[in-house]
Amino acid sequence: MADPTAPLWMLSSSPHAHEGSSVRRIMIDVLIALLPAFAVAVAVFGLDAIRLVTVCVASCLLAEFGARKLMGRNAGIDDFSAAVTGVLLAFNLPPALPTWMAVLGSVFAIVVVKQLFGGIGYNIFNPALCARVFLLISFPVAMTTWAPWDAVTTATPLGAWKTAWAAGAAPAHFAATYPLGSLFLGNQLGSLGEVSELALLLGGLYLLARRVIYWEIPVFYLATVAGFAAILYAIDPVTNLSPLYHLATGGLFLGAFFMATDMVTSPVTRVGQMVYGVGLGLLTLVIRRWGGYPEGVSFAILILNAFSPLIDKFIQPRTFGHAKKKPA
Amino acid sequence: MKTIKAPFKLPNTLHLHYHKEATAALALEVMPAPAVVQIPMSQHLGAPSRPIVARGDSVGLGQPIAEPVGAVSAWAHASVSGVVKSIGEGLSTSGRPTTFIELENDGLDRPGSTLQPRPDWASADGKSLIPLIAAAGIVGMGGAGFPTHIKISPPAGRIIDTLIVNGAECEPFLTADQRLMMEKADLIWNGIQILRHILGGPRIRVAIEDDKPEAIRAMEKAMARADGDVEIVSLPAAYPMGAEKQLILSVLGREIPSGGLPADVGALVENVATCAAVYEAIVLGQPVTQRVVTVTGPLIRRPANILARIGTTLADLIAFCGGLTGQSGKLICGGPMMGVAQIGADVPMGKTTSGLLALPRESVRLFDSMPCISCNRCVRACPMSLLPCTITSAVEADQLETVEALHTLDCIECGCCSYVCPSRRPMVQLMRQGKARVQLARRQKQEQEKAKGKQG
Repeated sequence: MADPTAPLWMLSSSPHAHEGSSVRRIMIDVLIALLPAFAVAVAVFGLDAIRLVTVCVASCLLAEFGARKLMGRNAGIDDFSAAVTGVLLAFNLPPALPTWMAVLGSVFAIVVVKQLFGGIGYNIFNPALCARVFLLISFPVAMTTWAPWDAVTTATPLGAWKTAWAAGAAPAHFAATYPLGSLFLGNQLGSLGEVSELALLLGGLYLLARRVIYWEIPVFYLATVAGFAAILYAIDPVTNLSPLYHLATGGLFLGAFFMATDMVTSPVTRVGQMVYGVGLGLLTLVIRRWGGYPEGVSFAILILNAFSPLIDKFIQPRTFGHAKKKPA
Repeated sequence: MKTIKAPFKLPNTLHLHYHKEATAALALEVMPAPAVVQIPMSQHLGAPSRPIVARGDSVGLGQPIAEPVGAVSAWAHASVSGVVKSIGEGLSTSGRPTTFIELENDGLDRPGSTLQPRPDWASADGKSLIPLIAAAGIVGMGGAGFPTHIKISPPAGRIIDTLIVNGAECEPFLTADQRLMMEKADLIWNGIQILRHILGGPRIRVAIEDDKPEAIRAMEKAMARADGDVEIVSLPAAYPMGAEKQLILSVLGREIPSGGLPADVGALVENVATCAAVYEAIVLGQPVTQRVVTVTGPLIRRPANILARIGTTLADLIAFCGGLTGQSGKLICGGPMMGVAQIGADVPMGKTTSGLLALPRESVRLFDSMPCISCNRCVRACPMSLLPCTITSAVEADQLETVEALHTLDCIECGCCSYVCPSRRPMVQLMRQGKARVQLARRQKQEQEKAKGKQG
């Protein structure tokens, strides 16, 4: 290196190539994938949809910025992960929820669930879902008040089913009140972003194509719900909803494609993800059928979030050249 | 002889941008020997060679100038004729300090090889040819640099039933092996036949990625009248198909056990350039004094596949290719996935230097890595079915037991995990750290036990 005019070269460990992906690009993809469901939300719920999404995204970004600044971390919010949390939280709220509650939920999601646990990559539970449950427990009435969108229906399909059965009778004209086809399109009461399975499926397919998510969790989740519901329905078709109703309602598609697939809180191996999906499906249906809440997706995902590290510990792929699986 | 598709599928591979178009169509060029060459003593796996010449000695082309030291080592030869100018220290292309023998070229290429040509090898006892291969200084020219004479002497009780000839060349940018196969197929095939003779007639599988149809055709032509169980295996072009473990699995469906050798599953893998070197040593009596190297990358004015003398400095290679076209970024010996970034261009190439890649400043992106978001892309990319995200997090947290239990030592450092990581974490670097720490801890434990044993 005696020659001072010799070109200088940068040193680093191999590899010297990268595919070009980034966390920011992943988050942008998730936001793109949520667009169809957002469009349906605006169509069904009007200005409330725009209000809640704007409020949640803005509060999440602000909370992220503020919390990181206070904690002395790099205050960058340009990875857009907080924006994704904001949209997902808004999608999990009833359309008429007061703005201040949405703000409170956003701050809880980002500050308590995400940043206090270490920030991106370190949270144990899905921030948006945790905030939804936090709001549900704190404001049970506001969180289950579904503004009627016509004169007939004032409850979510699963809610109507559960209330009627608690009173001791099958809901009258259930199939006529909630025609299956129109449920899939988004003609139902419910949280902002969960109503149209078709829109959510479109977004999910986009995420699969972009390899942001992989097929194992959503497919095993949906298949387990469908399979378990089919068994219950076969045993007693009077007291049990048909599998198609279970698929079409209660935010199952939102959960299966956008919440259960949350990278940070789900297992990292293929088989682990399959087990995770099966666990989610079983738990969702157990809560829906026997639990106190009509809908079980949020609780199922949060509970399985807690099992995710355990699944990763016990289910590991066989390393090349090793006869057996790793000792757990 | 027939060409078949790879019979076995690998669990995880990546489809990389291959960037081979810059040099794939360029015929081999012979680079005139430079005025000065520096022969590194460490251009193989194992102990460095020891110089057997002194300053001022006159040497001929191909004359042995350094001898092997210990069980795993290799001979080194003068790649020009002339005078020993100096014996000094410097960095090798692996970034480690090594001794150099600097030779001043007299431009005469006065022959100095002491190898006895054996064009009659077919009638010789196979085992008697192994010392000739050792004396020619042949090492694995695909990159690993393991001395070939040791590789072809399998441990007792191990029978090699298949010789796999590695023409996969799965590293992006590199076309040295491809051009060698296209232009010197006969040489390679003759070398393969010699190795087959030495190994007692194993099956031959010549494995080439299917994105190199001309190379496959050239080898088919050279091997058209091959006798015995000989096949060309067309591999799917996917990374890291050319890695030894992955290649054996793809061709034979056999998995080398952890910590084991190809011989444990009856296989032996030799790179195409190594086979050509075997032919030159045995039939022509020429030791390794030159090799094909692809000099390429957006920063090289005139990318080329060149036949260069061992010990030519990277600066001379670059100068022969017209110099640099912009601001220097990264200079890499080997390909972009497993190559070693160089501190400067005054380093000489060795027997394993198959490529020199120069990247401009603007294409070398500096970035801050983010925390792992458990996206599991690395898990799906790892050809060894490791859990890179879990391992690297354990390395960062200094949880050595976890690092060891997760089979970190099986990592082949192929770079797939780093390549796909959206958080841009230095995965391979962390894996290497983990491996080094586990190995250190094992050594310390052994030494402690030894010390205890002495006390008791």
